Amino acid sequence: MAQTEVKQALGSGVIIEAVQSLTGAESIAPDHMGRSRESAVGYIPQDITIEPALLRQLEVLLAQQAAMLDARRWSQWMEMFTEDGVYWMPAAPEQTDWESQPSIFAEDKLLMQVRANRLLHPNAWSQAAQWATHHLLGTTLVEQVQSGSVSTYTAFQMMEVRRDKVRHFGGSYRHHWVQQDGQWKIRLQRVDMFNAQASYDYVIQAWI
Amino acid sequence: MPAIDLDHLVQPDRVHRSVYTDQAIFDMEMEHIFETAWVYCGHESQVKEPGQFQTLQIGRQPMVMVRAKDGQINVLYNRCPHRGVQLCGSHSGNTGGSFVCPYHAWSFHLDGKVKAIPLIQGYDGTRLSTDDPDCNMARAARVDNYRGFVFASLSAEGPSLVEFLGDAKVAFDDMCDRSPVGEVEVVPVCHRVVQQSNWKFFMENQLDALHPSVTHQSTGVSARRVENQIKKTQGSAPLHYHYLSTFASSFDQWDSVQTVNFPHGHGILKAYMGLRPTDPDTQEYEALMRQAYGTEKTEEFLSRSIHHVLIYPYLSVQSPLQQIRCLRPLGPDKTLSEIWHFRLKGAPEAIYRRAMWYYNLVNSPATMINADDLENWTRAQWGLQSKGNDWVSFHRNMGGDTEKDGVLYSNNGTSEVVMRNQFKAWRSYMLKAPTAQPA
Repeated sequence: MAQTEVKQALGSGVIIEAVQSLTGAESIAPDHMGRSRESAVGYIPQDITIEPALLRQLEVLLAQQAAMLDARRWSQWMEMFTEDGVYWMPAAPEQTDWESQPSIFAEDKLLMQVRANRLLHPNAWSQAAQWATHHLLGTTLVEQVQSGSVSTYTAFQMMEVRRDKVRHFGGSYRHHWVQQDGQWKIRLQRVDMFNAQASYDYVIQAWI
Repeated sequence: MPAIDLDHLVQPDRVHRSVYTDQAIFDMEMEHIFETAWVYCGHESQVKEPGQFQTLQIGRQPMVMVRAKDGQINVLYNRCPHRGVQLCGSHSGNTGGSFVCPYHAWSFHLDGKVKAIPLIQGYDGTRLSTDDPDCNMARAARVDNYRGFVFASLSAEGPSLVEFLGDAKVAFDDMCDRSPVGEVEVVPVCHRVVQQSNWKFFMENQLDALHPSVTHQSTGVSARRVENQIKKTQGSAPLHYHYLSTFASSFDQWDSVQTVNFPHGHGILKAYMGLRPTDPDTQEYEALMRQAYGTEKTEEFLSRSIHHVLIYPYLSVQSPLQQIRCLRPLGPDKTLSEIWHFRLKGAPEAIYRRAMWYYNLVNSPATMINADDLENWTRAQWGLQSKGNDWVSFHRNMGGDTEKDGVLYSNNGTSEVVMRNQFKAWRSYMLKAPTAQPA
């Protein structure tokens, strides 16, 4: 009877000793040349303690900047940048220069103006669809302080709805702030998206 | 599968809406167009070292392009012959000296030949043997390279690569000839954008000169306003404003930009941006070109009137700015485009940066141009679900084009000869399908 045979088969077995030898894959192809993993990716921010009032001021500006995007106050948003201010979203985290490597966004104030005017034009056809965004910011860390300038790091998440589809973007902002006429303005906003190199379902129409 | 009546669906002046929406027609397109034609795999500079690979899709087939130890570039089906697992799991990388399957460690040389199978005695007495080609990773039927651009065809028969490209091979000549050493090198960033629409909308749109001043009015007009503002204060504006502002030209101006339409559905939209400024950077570059090629050749190379060249059915080559967009259809209503930029070897950095602005402003995922194109095609995809009208019209300037030696020259830039010529090629590919009813 099969039952007896099954019982017999289950009555004995082997124990594989963990210390044996090469693994199966190693014995076939020990040559891992060229296949080593990158040990680390991305960026770990610094954190410098600064006067709480200044930190609070920058946090408020960051929250307002995100709210301006969600509320489509494009002009107000642009006014937060210095005249030579730049909004830059690199294509890859290792990029260091917005002018010599391909970017997703690489815009000075004049190019921001082109984008803003387009978004407001009555014949910006793609703007016909229902479209909204929502930003959420993480803790702001201060990376560098000099007289009249501060660099901050802020993690963010952004959700977007277009027609009935929701997309999700996230990453970090690195703002370089400078003080001009008693106001803190953005000279460079670097945006590293964790999904910058994933495929885009449709494109990005406004700053993130 | 029911017979598909091509004469009914594709007429010289109009096509039936189902060619954009129907799954059965899409499947036929994959089999009889994409899986037989020469399809672009990548540039040889993407796989410089032995073991370096790039994965890609040809029609519905997952493929991998890999550099072998002997320097040859192979294009293989990305599938383990054992149980079907894909051997490469990333877009690109280096697989070392062999491919190793993550499931049961079957391993393969870089030309696809099986290297080893674990516990091989387990196959004694079965019909499987390592001498059997079915134990190897299958190879693309044909692989060829034109000036560093690697193509594969999954069909053993058909025209050679150079015959397939025909006069449209000027796309790659125009790109490479602009380098003082005659070569380009890939910039290692690939933007990937998905359109929720049929691949044919992209191909038609590329040479559709009637749409830019309508679809891209908002961006063109906004760029022109800023461009004029800069000109007023500084005398001249950077060229990249011009990239955008020319979209807002008049209907008459667009009607004067000629299209040239080749056999196999390929075509050219002639130049309209005037990309030969006389600034010091350009002068330095042109001097290098003259040193390399002499004055006459340099003039020939730098004055070709090309905005972009289409290699039907999937590639748009913007040779003067060294950019390509390659389509990988995913379904009747879904298409991936892979967007690459190339550097002219031996040309000054300023020339690269100037072209990069086009990559950033027009071809990046934050493009201010394609935002409105993709919107149009999505709405077209939805519109063609409508029973309100079965037909898509390509009547514009029909009979008004000039034919010479099989090449169709539009006498009006906005002639829909572009679409008529593309469907002529489409029809001839599709007629080879057993379920298509021949004329």
